[in-house]
Amino acid sequence: MNFQEITGLIVSKFPDLSIDADIKGPQPILVVPVESIADICRFLFEDERLYFDYLACITAIDNGAGLATMEVIYNLTSIPYNLNLTIKTVFSRNVPGAPLPSVPTVSHIWRTADWHEREAFDLMGIHFEGHPDLRRILLPEDWEGHPLRKDYVVQDRYHGIYVRYEDGQLPDTSDRV
Amino acid sequence: MSERPKTGDGGIILTNAEDLMNWARLSSLWPMGFGLACCAIEMMATYASNYDLERFGILPRPSPRQSDVMIVAGTVTFKMADRIRRLYEQMPEPRFVISMGSCSNCGGPYWEHGYHVVKGVDRIIPVDVYVPGCPPRPEALIGGFMKLQEKIRNSNAPAPQLFLEMEAAETVAV
Repeated sequence: MNFQEITGLIVSKFPDLSIDADIKGPQPILVVPVESIADICRFLFEDERLYFDYLACITAIDNGAGLATMEVIYNLTSIPYNLNLTIKTVFSRNVPGAPLPSVPTVSHIWRTADWHEREAFDLMGIHFEGHPDLRRILLPEDWEGHPLRKDYVVQDRYHGIYVRYEDGQLPDTSDRV
Repeated sequence: MSERPKTGDGGIILTNAEDLMNWARLSSLWPMGFGLACCAIEMMATYASNYDLERFGILPRPSPRQSDVMIVAGTVTFKMADRIRRLYEQMPEPRFVISMGSCSNCGGPYWEHGYHVVKGVDRIIPVDVYVPGCPPRPEALIGGFMKLQEKIRNSNAPAPQLFLEMEAAETVAV
């Protein structure tokens, strides 16, 4: 089964949704609406002709304030049928101070999405609706901001330590041999 | 060489307590057994049989309570900074710190864009010896230990902080 056939199956299952196939690049991508991502993933996981049982990766992209969009990309693999599928969803980006953009979680379908979504939340600031435990995974809990955002400004101090190189006082070497 | 049987009536070494203490300290520097990143691989290689740090009386201890030296071997992240400070505070005095590698010296390759890296471990704890390198070779780390030994040998070991505080409290009481 190729990309067109998989697309056909999804379109016939969800006729009301606007699903686009982006086949310009070497890797064809299925672009789906953000609010239906969990339903489509559930279908891909459960359908007997597809059975995408493995979520290899979740990638989050910030397109910056110009486009004002963000993307989440899911790389799926069907181990029994040896199929691969990339699906992408594009949604609008929040301005600083506004609530984070929300994407439905897929962690109830693939357990591995749990930590992937926590990472996307931690570094990109995407809220995954329905996630059981959406905490930071890499940075400390009291860190401010989401560092991989295009407009990220690092905080001045963390627990009293200067964060930037040039802010630091030169160490006092007067007592050293 | 001619045979020199032990007779029990050996010679006498004259020294003072300070030099004796310094000699004892520099001859059994026990580092805390912990590493943070790739420098720790090189540090472990230095402990291992090829470079054999134990010939200098240097062997890793599993607890900060039993350690004299902390080798900060690797990238210090802000998440780790609190833990390193606590480990340092748990070490008994006199305690020494060797900063191993560019990351813990000054932030290394993360100095400009590494939002998560402390730009030098000397921003959180005092450092005695900086070992440059990315990572330093085992010879360089041994060189750092030699430098620390030299520093201890020439030092007038200050009384432990707690002792000074007790002494100050006594003076007030009298």
